Amino acid sequence: MNISIANLKVGEHGVIREISLENIPLTLLEMGCLPGEDVELLQIAPLKDPLYIRVNGSHLAIRKETASKILITKK
Amino acid sequence: MSNNKAIKVALIGNPNTGKTSLFNQLTGLNQKVGNYPGITVDKKTGISQLSANLTASIIDLPGTYSINPTTLDENIVLKTLLNTSHTDFPDVIVVVADIENIKRNLLLFSQIKDLQIPTILALNMADQMDKKGIKIDIDLLKKELKSEVVLISARKKQGIEALKKAIVNYDKFNLDALANISDRIDADYFRSIKQNFPDFPLYKSWLYITQVEDFAGLTDGQKKQIKVYKKDKEKVKKYQHKETIFRYQQINNILKKTYRIDRSQGTDLRSKLDKVLTHKIWGYVIFALILMVIFQSIFDWASAPMDLIDQFFANFSAKAKDILPPGKFTSLITEGIIPGIGGVVIFIPQIAILFLFVAVLEETGYMSRVVFLMDKIMRRFGMSGKSVVPLISGTACAIPAIMAARNISGWKERLITILVVPFTTCSARLPVYAIIIALIIPQQRVFGIFGLQGLALLALYFVGFASSLLSGYLLNHILKVKGSSLFVIEMPNYKLPSLKNIFYTVIEKTKAFIYGAGKIILAISIVLWFLASSGPQQFEDAENGFKIKVGNTSLNSKQYSEQLASYRLEQSYIGIMGKAIEPVIKPLGYDWKIGIALISSFAAREVFVGTLATIYSVGNDDENNTTIKQRMAAEINPKTGKPLFNFPVGMSLLVFYAFAMQCVSTLAIVKRETNSWIWPILQLFGMGTLAYIASFLTYTLLS
Repeated sequence: MNISIANLKVGEHGVIREISLENIPLTLLEMGCLPGEDVELLQIAPLKDPLYIRVNGSHLAIRKETASKILITKK
Repeated sequence: MSNNKAIKVALIGNPNTGKTSLFNQLTGLNQKVGNYPGITVDKKTGISQLSANLTASIIDLPGTYSINPTTLDENIVLKTLLNTSHTDFPDVIVVVADIENIKRNLLLFSQIKDLQIPTILALNMADQMDKKGIKIDIDLLKKELKSEVVLISARKKQGIEALKKAIVNYDKFNLDALANISDRIDADYFRSIKQNFPDFPLYKSWLYITQVEDFAGLTDGQKKQIKVYKKDKEKVKKYQHKETIFRYQQINNILKKTYRIDRSQGTDLRSKLDKVLTHKIWGYVIFALILMVIFQSIFDWASAPMDLIDQFFANFSAKAKDILPPGKFTSLITEGIIPGIGGVVIFIPQIAILFLFVAVLEETGYMSRVVFLMDKIMRRFGMSGKSVVPLISGTACAIPAIMAARNISGWKERLITILVVPFTTCSARLPVYAIIIALIIPQQRVFGIFGLQGLALLALYFVGFASSLLSGYLLNHILKVKGSSLFVIEMPNYKLPSLKNIFYTVIEKTKAFIYGAGKIILAISIVLWFLASSGPQQFEDAENGFKIKVGNTSLNSKQYSEQLASYRLEQSYIGIMGKAIEPVIKPLGYDWKIGIALISSFAAREVFVGTLATIYSVGNDDENNTTIKQRMAAEINPKTGKPLFNFPVGMSLLVFYAFAMQCVSTLAIVKRETNSWIWPILQLFGMGTLAYIASFLTYTLLS
């Protein structure tokens, strides 16, 4: 099953899976979204988009569309 | 070392790391803001005395998370560092990093270090270490990073001297690359790159290959070779990803040995504030309240200094007229240059106050929450959450607002933001709105508290915002512009704003406005002066012509000179232009005099009022209390015999000023920012057509 960050509920964690690198923009990797890292969904914006996450020590807001490209295994 | 040697030091770092605080500490008031050639990004440089015989020119490069740029601002970092003959190419780089977010900050450091330019790591906010539960082994970190590492606290002025001392020894730094990318990714591939560019650090050649844009600093032969490597896009992208992962692995290994942080400490405040500030109801309520406070302050606080400035330049002009001998030159100074400068200075209070608020909101970390809250809404209108800052800034002046759009990474979102910002009600529209509202809206109160005139002004603000959003919506569907937009923003920690940083930001933005818009406003003012103060033969004979026209009507000397001035304006080039466009503007309810005011509004909209004052021959003194408002109210339409500025004409003018693109400075900035004439021309004609049609409908329906 393809679960991505976009499927998390607020407060839930996941671990980023080994993903096909082509689909992920370089910037996201550079901001710390790397395979094997823990992701926590901190908040969802009032209109369900963007998502506010913590990954690898960084606090980031990303759009749902981008989040759905980052596949995870739920903890 | 010779006496008073000067070196160049570049500050590089992630946004929100206190890089600007460090810059302010190092340079104090010895700083200046200029522009990078050809673009409008502020370039901040300053002088710092490092030791008795070494001074440094410090360059504050735009904040960036990576050496690979995603916005125009970030582009500058790479542009400066790749080209050894760039005027700002540094002798030393100081990478400023937030000690709490050290991992991501070290990614940038490791990229910079591999360019093999002397580099120091300055770990900022060291005073927070205990509070945040951070422990760090500096000596081991130095060894692992093969670099100088200095702990500083820029806000508390700690470690600044140690940093200066470290910079002084820059020629003894270890220049080895940190990440050995070639072995870990594809040894053969990178060996071939090294062979082709033996004089370059390997990472430098690799950066030339990985960037979409072609960066300067290469010979023609090298350019050809880079092109060959660039062709295999898939491979380049794959290796770039691998490189990043490898760098993080290396950083993780180093940090495991040298760095401990207790994550449970000090995250409470952040999550509590986030819960309220990004709450689905409270978040918007708080944002709305903050906006109200900002607008209120812009009006209240700015009105007194603006009146003073207005008064000052009027007196100055009058004094100059008395002292200087009469003639063309005096007229140029007193009617062209002095009012032209005044027309620039008068905007400073509002712009300074607006940027005071914007700087506070950004410094505290609140602005990122606004971006988070507004992104989905703004996207419906073709923009991004980051467009909120430009749209708010637009209520002071479109010029700094359009420049603020630079950090929007998606080209389409940025372009739409730039195109729609001029709809927001800028401060130059206010004097026009004020006088027309005073003329046509009665001074009544509704429900006992709201003044009708105030409500009319509020409605005009609403029209401004609504039209920028609606046109954004339309442009989003019409414009076929390529380019995906990646939206990744950092949500920084909440901080108390530093007064020093805010002070410098306000000064810097205000200066940028004066130099950006000021020159154009001044130039246009002089052109308009020329058009209004010269003309064909009849203009030169105006005095005689006027005597014939007046005939035997008895006028006192004041009335005589006022009406003469009005008559002369009619015969001037601008008068002729006003008459020429009269047939076009007649359907909107305007006569040629309003036409003159419309033309002169191209310097800055508020010139409208001053021009009408001249046309309706109002003297400088209000002794007999004939203010411009009364003169305008008394103006009679010769056809109908009724007041010219009746309700339909006034409404039509308000609508026209709300929509029309009457600002040459804005057009010039849009040209520079989009690097094309297409977009400013589209704005000019698009907004002009809209204004014309809307005013026509308003006038026709109301009369």
